[in-house]
Amino acid sequence: MTLYDLANPTRFLSLVERIMPWLIGATVLALATGLYMAFFYAPEDYQQGVTVRIMFVHVPSAWLALLCYAMMAGSSIGTLVWKHPLADVSAKAAAPLGAAFTFLALFSGSIWAKPMWGTWWVWDARLTSFLVLFIMYLGIIALWRTMDDPIKAAKANAILTLVGVINLPIIKFSVDWWNTLHQPASVFRTDGPALHSSILVPLLVMAGAFTLFFIMMHLMFMRNEIYARRIRAMRMRAASAAQPHANVTAQIREV
Amino acid sequence: MNWMTALFVREFKIAARVGGGALIGVLFFLAVVTVFPFGVGPDLKMLARIGAAVLWIGALLATLLGLDRLFQADREDGTLDLLLMSGRPPELIVLVKCAAHWAATGLPLVISAPVLALFVNLEPTAIGAVTLTLLVGTPALTLIGAVGAGVTVSLRRGGVLLSILVIPLAIPVLIFGVSAATAAVGGPTPFLTPLLYLCAISLFALVLGPVAAGAALRVASD
Repeated sequence: MTLYDLANPTRFLSLVERIMPWLIGATVLALATGLYMAFFYAPEDYQQGVTVRIMFVHVPSAWLALLCYAMMAGSSIGTLVWKHPLADVSAKAAAPLGAAFTFLALFSGSIWAKPMWGTWWVWDARLTSFLVLFIMYLGIIALWRTMDDPIKAAKANAILTLVGVINLPIIKFSVDWWNTLHQPASVFRTDGPALHSSILVPLLVMAGAFTLFFIMMHLMFMRNEIYARRIRAMRMRAASAAQPHANVTAQIREV
Repeated sequence: MNWMTALFVREFKIAARVGGGALIGVLFFLAVVTVFPFGVGPDLKMLARIGAAVLWIGALLATLLGLDRLFQADREDGTLDLLLMSGRPPELIVLVKCAAHWAATGLPLVISAPVLALFVNLEPTAIGAVTLTLLVGTPALTLIGAVGAGVTVSLRRGGVLLSILVIPLAIPVLIFGVSAATAAVGGPTPFLTPLLYLCAISLFALVLGPVAAGAALRVASD
């Protein structure tokens, strides 16, 4: 890895600059439509009343939390197999986003569970496996932060992320394998969604808005990470120029 | 196969001699189990109900305790580089090191479990069950822990981080180990089902652990 390999990221950055305004516009539009539909189009539940609207935040957050991990795992394969220079940037940028979505899913689920189940938290299979996912995201972020060499950190994180993929099917099928309090899947089923279209359409719009938001934030985080790495490389170059006798060339070669 | 035996003997000797070895893990196990009755109260009936879980958590924590030295000590004195440069597959090196580590720290936990089970008022069948599940399950803990140890090998103080990374991955082992042990004394599920799941996890970890940890060691060495 040399400084010259940043050529590819430059092209990536110019691409990001071009599509970012459109992406921001689409996200705002989708989020506004989704929120409007969630509050005024979707009917209140005859049992749950107005609290059912928490679902329009809760379910998309949970989907995105899983999607984000899947994307991180894909990036990890990109790091380990193809050694793509942007794959580890993508994985690093996705970790805090995934942690945020997982937290949002846990938090919104908790304030939904209080009026519905009468408790903030139960040790139900779906909830527990999501908490495990949250801890894994935090562990991955911690590992990113403790290792200063970005390339070694990327590979170590890629291995850890790929081992943690085992948790994804456990979360997905936890409601089928263990008969617990959390309701089973009602959208992605072989016999079609079990939701009425007046609920399903706003839910899907919100899911689309969350996905757009995720892509937007992810690209922004990646851009920041590339800039941060450039600053790091520049600092190292400046340091080596200032002390010509110091043995820092080896460090710069690693960057 | 000769180099594997030699490596196993070397690892086992070091693990048994340096830093108290097997005894320190068992002492830690004893300390954790002793602390539980102070935390939840000395009610013998309740202790009998949660005893299997107490032993399993004690074993998990005792396993985590020594894991950060699994590769780090060898990395610091250069042995790890020699091992990796010897041309032997890193996966097999990890496997042998894990086997020696388990024999020196995991096996003593399993052997001491029946004695500690008396402290938490387990009946004879439950003692047998919890010892059997620990025998089947602790290798999985070591092998999964090896992934964390490999990933954090280059960190100077990776011990706490290692535990944070490994505990989420070790939860399935804990779930099936405890449910098998409690099922043996009249739970709603049969004893064999969770035990077979536990065996499956251990076999899976036998493949996944060395492959992932070997990859991590390769990354750390170059």
